[in-house]
Amino acid sequence: MGSYVELFIKAAFVENLALSFFLGMCTFLAVSKRINTALGLGAAVVGVQLITVPANTFLYHYVLEEGALAWAGLPDIDLSFLGLVTYIGVIAAMVQILEMLLDRFFPRLFHALGIYLPLITVNCAILGGSLFSVSRDYTMGESVVFGVGSGFGWALALVALAGIREKLNYSDVPAGLQGLGITFIIVGLMSLGFMAFAGIQL
Amino acid sequence: MSTDTKRALLKPIVDDNPVTLHVLGICSALAVTTSLLPSLYMCVALTVVAALSNAAVSAIRHILPSSIRIIVQMTIIASLVIVVDESLKAFAFETSRELSVFVGLIITNCIILGRTESFASKNPVGLSFLDGIGNGLGYSSILILVATTRELLGSGTLLGYTIFPNAADGGWYKPNGMMLLPPSAFFVIGLIIWAVRTWKVEQVEKPDFRIHEVHRTEVM
Repeated sequence: MGSYVELFIKAAFVENLALSFFLGMCTFLAVSKRINTALGLGAAVVGVQLITVPANTFLYHYVLEEGALAWAGLPDIDLSFLGLVTYIGVIAAMVQILEMLLDRFFPRLFHALGIYLPLITVNCAILGGSLFSVSRDYTMGESVVFGVGSGFGWALALVALAGIREKLNYSDVPAGLQGLGITFIIVGLMSLGFMAFAGIQL
Repeated sequence: MSTDTKRALLKPIVDDNPVTLHVLGICSALAVTTSLLPSLYMCVALTVVAALSNAAVSAIRHILPSSIRIIVQMTIIASLVIVVDESLKAFAFETSRELSVFVGLIITNCIILGRTESFASKNPVGLSFLDGIGNGLGYSSILILVATTRELLGSGTLLGYTIFPNAADGGWYKPNGMMLLPPSAFFVIGLIIWAVRTWKVEQVEKPDFRIHEVHRTEVM
């Protein structure tokens, strides 16, 4: 149990996908103008991570890895080169399902997210989560915790940035830095702040 | 060169840059830039994938039903990335270790899908190919700029050769360790954006709200 808590803290804070691996930056910068939208997208990302990371880890260990097909009587087959196509397929399918569910049950959130919902498919944080989970050889339990933790960390950073940007509307930014430029500087400062978590030992 | 080809090739480098103007493909631009060599490999990989996927999507643009086009495009891009990934592993194993998951993440690099979706699905094959190369070059120019700054200031070397002799080895330069850490990548790109927009004033964004000075009498 303790190791799971440690993994969660590590995935959410120390190895924050957005601020120390720079994953999912496009959406991160584009959807962080308002806190409400940021919260919605954050929740959607946690949901997608919770399903796709374990699903992809499972697929890797039982279908793609060298010798993984032994249960089907094919011990010599190594399909690991197909990994990338498989992961992106699983992610695309999950996002499609999520989109239909949101449209049916939370139409307002669905409209607020707009184009950024299908873009979760090409959000590198999602694919990155699956790739890290596979390359670090997490077990099924660990991959669930890692998926939720990394999604949570990403969502947290997104909402924090949205909060700062809402306040920033009242400040007088030099013309060339307006918008994108100042956002980069802020994210840099946030990333410095998150580095303080690096010393935490549990 | 005709004006069309020239525009497709050169416009994305400064005027229509995918990174500084459209905020696309930021993830890898930040992550691999601690030193110059992996960045160069990354630039070549991305340019190859962008050009070939643009050409492929453009070639099938008349027979591709629009309802399944995203999935088809993703499959094309993913197959090309697998080829690039496997060739990197075969010919430059050390660098491919260093780039770790970021080669795979070219699939989700928004520049690629953005270009196939907005340009290649409407334009002929040759032009789309050039547009892919142009956008690859625009991305590369930013990546090389950031990587040069970070490696030079962070460790005093370029491509592994010493440019500023380090204080630890009896030289005069004290390396700025922060340049090797994640935050500096954001600062460097922020400053590049500032520089580009001071030069190309039309790229400056309008503020959402105007601050205007309130005179004492207005409040009363």
